[in-house]
Amino acid sequence: MKICVTSEGNNLDSKVDYRFGRCQYYIIVDTDTMEFEAIMNSNLEAMGGVGIQSAQLVASKQAKAVITGNVGPNAFQTLQAAGIEIFTGASGTVKETIEKYGKGELSSVSSPSVGSKAGMPNKNK
Amino acid sequence: MIIAVASGKGGTGKTTVAVNLALSMKDDCNVQFLDCDVEEPNAHIFLKPVIKEQNKGYIPVPEIDEAKCNFCGKCSKICVYNAIAVLPPQNFKKGTTLVFNNLCHGCGACSNLCPQNAIKEVHKEIGIIEKGDSDNIDFIHGRLNVGEAMALPLIRKIKKNISLEKIAIIDAPPGTSCPVVASVKDSDYTILVTEPTPFGLNDLILAAGLVKKLKIPFGVVINRSDIGNREVEEYCQKENIPVLMKIPFSKDIAISYSKGIPVIETFPKYIVHFQEIFNKIKDFTSNV
Repeated sequence: MKICVTSEGNNLDSKVDYRFGRCQYYIIVDTDTMEFEAIMNSNLEAMGGVGIQSAQLVASKQAKAVITGNVGPNAFQTLQAAGIEIFTGASGTVKETIEKYGKGELSSVSSPSVGSKAGMPNKNK
Repeated sequence: MIIAVASGKGGTGKTTVAVNLALSMKDDCNVQFLDCDVEEPNAHIFLKPVIKEQNKGYIPVPEIDEAKCNFCGKCSKICVYNAIAVLPPQNFKKGTTLVFNNLCHGCGACSNLCPQNAIKEVHKEIGIIEKGDSDNIDFIHGRLNVGEAMALPLIRKIKKNISLEKIAIIDAPPGTSCPVVASVKDSDYTILVTEPTPFGLNDLILAAGLVKKLKIPFGVVINRSDIGNREVEEYCQKENIPVLMKIPFSKDIAISYSKGIPVIETFPKYIVHFQEIFNKIKDFTSNV
């Protein structure tokens, strides 16, 4: 099964990026084979609506779950409409996160974890 | 003639200048007053107009006909505001297209370019426009709904009421962003109200840059002119920007303001000063 982890770098040893819409990379991993694809986030500098764009990207990669730090309201709505399960509060490396997910140690959320624009560069960094 | 009053920094006295200018001119010419600060209109507090007409303001937002949509994704790609998400069908899951109305600027690109003709525009109410009279002055203002981000369509709708035979005075919002551009655009002259503080100067420079880019002639009114420092005046001198008027820092003006009484009612001596501003503007604009 394919899942998506937001990441600060382009490999499995990178740290999880706490932002969904404005993360550096989307790591799309096949949890059965651990084969992965790292997609650079081209929406990083956009003014608004990045969560929506990112959620569409994740959906187009046929990921069944998203693991990240926080997810805002628009991204949440789009991911939910796409039937993608959302896990927030992740930390550590991408690999550790996937292991935790495999063991069922992460719990999915049923509402956005932050408000609009929480991932704007001047807000959280 | 259209005269816009803008500022850069908020709270410098735009409304004070705009209102008192209008009141000082109303006996000599036909004056229209347009409060374009739709997020926080306040000129009505001083002009006390009798509102005679109320109209709703709308923006067009897309509505998707799911029966016609084939999830091609074109609308989502062309929307520069990322207001549409297209989620094609996947593994027995039905496809869906989401519209985020709060991000939509109402440009109409999606409905015009949809190959399936699956998008129609529907009206979304964003605020109201009120028109009335205030003792010989035509008064128009807009009120944006609380929580609404799109001020521009309402501002444009207010400005459609401008009558070129009259003297239109526009009270612009603070700042230098899109609503300010929409408010001052097409004016014959813009008055920038500032105060002699570092913050006032910083934002005056930004606002001056904006009106220069729009090629609108402009001058400066320095409010609370006897506080702060001389840097605003030095800047105006260096840049050859006319200082149209200085209003001193006065407790009595502040008291009058706090009661919603225009300065010229408390201090009729200011009528002449505001009339002088208008005469200067007439001179500047006729020489262009």
